[in-house]
Amino acid sequence: MDGVEIPAVLPALPELVLACGAMLLLMASVFPAGRRANAIHVAAILLLIVTGALVVWVPGGKTFGGSFVVDDFARFLKLLALTGSATAILMSLDYLARGRQQRFEYSILILLSTTGMMMLISANDLIALYLGLELMSLSLYVVAAINRDSERSTEAGLKYFVLGALSSGMLLYGASLVYGFTGTVSFSGIARAANEPALGLIFGLVFLFAGFCFKVSAVPFHMWTPDVYEGAPTPITAFFAAAPKVAGIAMFVRTTIVAFPGVLSQWQQIVVFVAIASMALGSFAAIGQRNFKRLMAYSSIGHMGFALIGLAAGTAEGVQGVLVYMAIYLAMTLGTFACILSMRRHGQMVEDIGDLAGLARTKPAMAFFLAMLLFSLAGIPPLAGFFAKFYVFLAAIKAGLFTLAVIGVVTSVVGAYYYLSIVKIMYFDEPAERFEPMPRELGAVLAVTGLFNLLFFVYPAPLVEAASAAARSLF
Amino acid sequence: MSWPVLSVTTFLPLVGALWIMALRGEGEPERRNARWIALWTTLITFAISLVALTRFDPGSPEFQFVEKQPWLGGAITYHMGVDGISLPFVVLTTGLMPVCIIASWHPIQRRVKEYMIAFLVLETLMVGTFAALDLVVFYLFFEGGLIPMFLIIGIWGGPRRVYASFKFFLYTLLGSVLMLLAIMAMYWNAGTTDIPALLHHGFPRGLQTWAWLAFFASFAVKLPMWPVHTWLPDAHVEAPTAGSVILAAILLKMGGYGFLRFSLPMFPAASHDLAPLIFALSVVAVVYTSLVALVQEDMKKLIAYSSVAHMGFVTMGIFAATTQGVAGGIFQMISHGIVSAALFLSVGVVYDRMHTREIAAYGGLINRMPLYAAAFMVFTLANVGLPGTSGFIGEFLSLIGAFKVNSSVAILATLGIIGSAAYALWLYRKIIFGALTKPSLAAIKDLDYREIITLSPLVFLTILFGVYPKPVLDLSAASVAQLLDMYSHGLGPVQAAGLFVR
Repeated sequence: MDGVEIPAVLPALPELVLACGAMLLLMASVFPAGRRANAIHVAAILLLIVTGALVVWVPGGKTFGGSFVVDDFARFLKLLALTGSATAILMSLDYLARGRQQRFEYSILILLSTTGMMMLISANDLIALYLGLELMSLSLYVVAAINRDSERSTEAGLKYFVLGALSSGMLLYGASLVYGFTGTVSFSGIARAANEPALGLIFGLVFLFAGFCFKVSAVPFHMWTPDVYEGAPTPITAFFAAAPKVAGIAMFVRTTIVAFPGVLSQWQQIVVFVAIASMALGSFAAIGQRNFKRLMAYSSIGHMGFALIGLAAGTAEGVQGVLVYMAIYLAMTLGTFACILSMRRHGQMVEDIGDLAGLARTKPAMAFFLAMLLFSLAGIPPLAGFFAKFYVFLAAIKAGLFTLAVIGVVTSVVGAYYYLSIVKIMYFDEPAERFEPMPRELGAVLAVTGLFNLLFFVYPAPLVEAASAAARSLF
Repeated sequence: MSWPVLSVTTFLPLVGALWIMALRGEGEPERRNARWIALWTTLITFAISLVALTRFDPGSPEFQFVEKQPWLGGAITYHMGVDGISLPFVVLTTGLMPVCIIASWHPIQRRVKEYMIAFLVLETLMVGTFAALDLVVFYLFFEGGLIPMFLIIGIWGGPRRVYASFKFFLYTLLGSVLMLLAIMAMYWNAGTTDIPALLHHGFPRGLQTWAWLAFFASFAVKLPMWPVHTWLPDAHVEAPTAGSVILAAILLKMGGYGFLRFSLPMFPAASHDLAPLIFALSVVAVVYTSLVALVQEDMKKLIAYSSVAHMGFVTMGIFAATTQGVAGGIFQMISHGIVSAALFLSVGVVYDRMHTREIAAYGGLINRMPLYAAAFMVFTLANVGLPGTSGFIGEFLSLIGAFKVNSSVAILATLGIIGSAAYALWLYRKIIFGALTKPSLAAIKDLDYREIITLSPLVFLTILFGVYPKPVLDLSAASVAQLLDMYSHGLGPVQAAGLFVR
């Protein structure tokens, strides 16, 4: 390569390594040696770790004609997405080994989907955004239906695909309208052109937002979430709840903040509405759920609502709040799913929250960590979840969004009710039959995320400072 | 000051909790170890807080033993310190904890390790609440206390424990989250959450009113004030004895402490404007809940309602914003901390023997339990506010304070004292006096040495502070003077002059 091209490729090196690595693994897995036990999955985890190191190492800057950008914002979220994907693969090892489903495609699809996420996080124009989005989503559709003998899994995959395709269509329609009214697809170009709230532009913006809301499962485009969460195999659900949400929020935030600062008062109303609707639905609809995965679906809808409060503020503090929120949300979600994955009796997975009865006596450590995660999800100090909410509300108050903030905290109290009911089942009820021993890797994930939640308050500065630096890189 | 005495007091119980957590096994030796570790941890914590008490200079109104470390970045720091208003509560907390542990020695036989851990964690959070000098740190401790208390009520509580624990948790949480938003608004207005800095900040009038209301939402639920007191009787009735003790003696005081630390000095104009609201609610609390207490059939419920009535005097005194009123409010809180703790312990004594709290199930206990009758009498009379007991000083001072500002309120509240005499003496007569006719009570035993250990210091303090209240009043005098100085300064010259004339 000559001296001109190297800097142009360098910022995208992590994505290239990940994509090439995924394809190499795909080829390797065709040979019998590559199919041995967990080899492919472990290699996939290592590949994600290497990619993470590269993300930290590569210099920032724009490349590919400005459509691909590496800044602190991208680095922060890419690391989160990679962590989410790697942990999701780690957590599926036991599940895959037991189900005699040594499908090597599983890890490969997650790797490809992660490549799409990273593209999405770095996308700086509408075309790159769409490319990343589709790479991510198509892999997700397949992976949701990977348990192809199961009716529920295939139904989940199909439902996700049909609705996802619809939302992609809306997003594309919105993108074409924005292009039509601004004459450019690049975010900075759109920002320059979109100073006046022209009707067509706003129309396009609304369609764009419809697509974004679908991907982060925010109300009113959340309908797929409970069904897909419940229907997909549990490790897949854990993956869905973590990394794609990070990428979706990244796309939502970057596009809105970078491309549409001129029409802030227009999109702010939409985001406020979406946040309120998501928080309210997430809190109220979860109350009646008995299936833990379905409950987590509503919980994640609610959490996306809280994260969007930061975006609604439209300020650097707000974006910082979103980033802190996503980091902590990731830890809480992965930890909770580590518990759901270890709910196993007589070789069968159980998913009803009633199955957790008396867990505090049959498995005190698991019950303790899960309880702390649930209190954290509810946002009770001094756990990490409190700080997540703290920063988004702090931004909302500064931006003068008092109504949003008050509704937000009230719904968080409603939400606390259903998290508490799970704690109640674990601690107050009479013990049910003991679960099978927890696989080592799930125990490790639970311990790490649980301790992170519990001890975050001791030294919160690094994450907060990193998020602050990342947020400033957008402004 | 060479070592961080406040941080040690705050976090030492946590070390004990970790130690208990490290114990393996569920047998009798582990339970015994857990109890002893908890007892020693709380005793050492108490000793350290006494060190702080002896080193404290009551002549200075400033915050002492101050510690400051960078924490959340920016202007939010880990800032600890005590003044004459918060130190009494710190010592009250650390002093009551060993009593609670001893009181739980035999009654708690199930999941002892978890129980002790929950209490020790709760102690850390309570001491931290009183010692925090940063609003965010304060909020962390204030709210964090919900988790252990939720578990204490829910795991070791009575038959309706699930309902009571949820009600306690959600009620308190709802009040507090609004306060959190006010804290944020204050942060953006003042650029800091440092309490000493905020005390001198001077918030604009509009913000004062909203922030005052938000803080009120939190503290009124916590205190609790009528009409948001309904969680308290449920929580008290269902909680185990030591849980009720902590709830009545310490957790309720967080509300009063919050009014003193934040509402009055930081939002003086709003406090002045909205004082009539507080007075009205206080009078209703005093009169109405005294009447409600009269018809209770459950001992704990009766004492719970009497707590609401006594807290009415506290809010009345605080928002009278006179020297006597504020000092009386503080004294009343300390006194109620001792007396209500003792009353709940006394109920626990008979509950452990008979496993019922029905007033009708008792009668004539004086024939079998003379020691118990004597101790219970001291606490009953203190609850009534008889001169010579600590209850009298607090009520008397807050009534004087309120009388100077609003005489009709003081007169109405005085009527409530009659009510309190009625229900407290009625309870005493029903349980202690009369002939011992019920066969189930024929073999009831008097106080054992463990119960004597827990109750005797409380009897001593109740009478000591009744005849010699000076130590408590002196401890807080300088800080109260400064508080009122800030209050009248914040009100501005016109209103301050009006206050003076009155």
